[in-house]
Amino acid sequence: MEILKAHDPYPDLRVNIGSLQLQNPVMTASGTFGYAREFENLVNLHRLGGVIVKGISLLPRAGNPPPRIVETSSGMLNAIGLQNVGVTRFIKEKIPYLRGLNVPVVVNILGDTIEEYQEITKQLSDVEGIAALEVNISCPNVKKGGVAFGTVPHMAAAVTEAVKSVSSLPVMVKLSPNVSDIVEMALSVERAGADSLSLINTLIGMAIDVKTKKPKLANVIGGLSGPAIKPVALRMVYQVAQRVSIPVIGIGGIDNMEDALEFLIAGASAIQVGTANFINPRISEDIVDGIGEYVKDQQLGSVRELIGTLEVD
Amino acid sequence: MSQHQEKARIIRFEQLSEDNFRLTLQSPQIAAQAFPGQFVMILTGKGNDPLLRRPFSLHQASTNGSIQVYFKNVGRGTDILAHAKEGEILDVFGPLGRGYRLVDEKPACLLGGGLGIAPLLFLAKALAKRNRDATSDLILLGGRSKPEVEPLVDDFKQFGMKIICATDDGTYGEEGFVTESLDSERVAPGTHVYACGPEAMLETVHDICLQRGFGCQVSVESVMACGMGACLGCNIPASDGTYAHVCIDGPVFDSGALVWKS
Repeated sequence: MEILKAHDPYPDLRVNIGSLQLQNPVMTASGTFGYAREFENLVNLHRLGGVIVKGISLLPRAGNPPPRIVETSSGMLNAIGLQNVGVTRFIKEKIPYLRGLNVPVVVNILGDTIEEYQEITKQLSDVEGIAALEVNISCPNVKKGGVAFGTVPHMAAAVTEAVKSVSSLPVMVKLSPNVSDIVEMALSVERAGADSLSLINTLIGMAIDVKTKKPKLANVIGGLSGPAIKPVALRMVYQVAQRVSIPVIGIGGIDNMEDALEFLIAGASAIQVGTANFINPRISEDIVDGIGEYVKDQQLGSVRELIGTLEVD
Repeated sequence: MSQHQEKARIIRFEQLSEDNFRLTLQSPQIAAQAFPGQFVMILTGKGNDPLLRRPFSLHQASTNGSIQVYFKNVGRGTDILAHAKEGEILDVFGPLGRGYRLVDEKPACLLGGGLGIAPLLFLAKALAKRNRDATSDLILLGGRSKPEVEPLVDDFKQFGMKIICATDDGTYGEEGFVTESLDSERVAPGTHVYACGPEAMLETVHDICLQRGFGCQVSVESVMACGMGACLGCNIPASDGTYAHVCIDGPVFDSGALVWKS
């Protein structure tokens, strides 16, 4: 008679992002997964590690004029302009559905001023069904001449402190890669009280139509995402994870299981799948399965044993 | 409305002219759900470049489980499809978007320019099922030159509707724009117009329909990354001052719901 193996056939994929517990490390990145409902026919949403919904501002935003997106080599540029329904409609129309999901829902928030970030946070803090906030600091600070919060360490820290001071929700700060020293930015935000860091947001880029000599995006410049940015993202995650003591979530060009594993090995506790959701709506679920197979094949006790295991000679 | 991500086999590959192609795909789940005017997103490349799927309107969807797309080789994605072989498998996602609303009680005028002819075949098939006399219905097919129009005309002859063709250079059908026929007594009063084609042509169609009191639906195109309302990349100005999104609010709109340039 064959001896039954004692271990659980389901690999242990649970990870912790501070106080936030995920059933697996695969989340969907803000702005690439709508408000989750758009994907309900295509993905088993309940199998995801977490869902990060489209960025929410205090008031609704119409976004930029078209064209808003353009494909580039192994990537895409977007200048959507933060189109969203605003926090009031978000709570009324989107939260009831999201509350029914069996996975943590992280709400991405954005603002033009520190006061706006604070006000959105207050409105979301008492809403049932929100597991954490992700703070998008890549927006221009209108009171400081439009310089992005995420490019000046003390401004990024000020947003973080302001959000933390009015909410007990875990706060994940999403870092912009468009800085000269990502570690300095990460340390500044950590000192300001962030519970975790997610990186990277898009790299600013542009594309030109040589026939018309016009930019391919109406906004002229936009954010580059997709496989083209993965090496940059991986490098930044690696550098930041070495220096901070809070969990790091890796984002940037992940479109298969191996990409996800690279980020975990580099030191990320979890990852977010972004642009790949547009191409294969069930990619996140496939990545969950792939990581599970890997953990089994490598006979790891859990996926947590993999985090930060990069071997540099 | 449910969408499917299907591995579809190419069961027929047709080169209809130098640059224009038609693929017939075995895609039973999508075919069973599809309405005229809806579209599919096709993954053209195997790797990361080109990265995004490409949108194609449904040229036909048949009860035998096949769908057709008709396209012109204009770039990297369509160039890959233009070199596809029968038997290959394509990853197809759909059906997507809102298609044409069938106005049963009115005479129909189907008007397509260039690649805009693509969705009209599926539409003509649906309209032909109406229980009314087709003698006042009209199909107007236009293009720059003969290769854009002539290869498709035979497929439209089965519906008993009158067909008028026009080319800019006069190499096939009448010389001139197909919209000139719309602005003539050839179109019966009270006709409902279903159009697809370049933006400038659709604007002319909209203007003529407005003057003549015709109802008018147009199918528009846009770049898009996802096709399902997640990327918000395919916005288009709407007449109520907001943006509509081609993928979920369209691609078919009442022409009065959109903002036209002039």
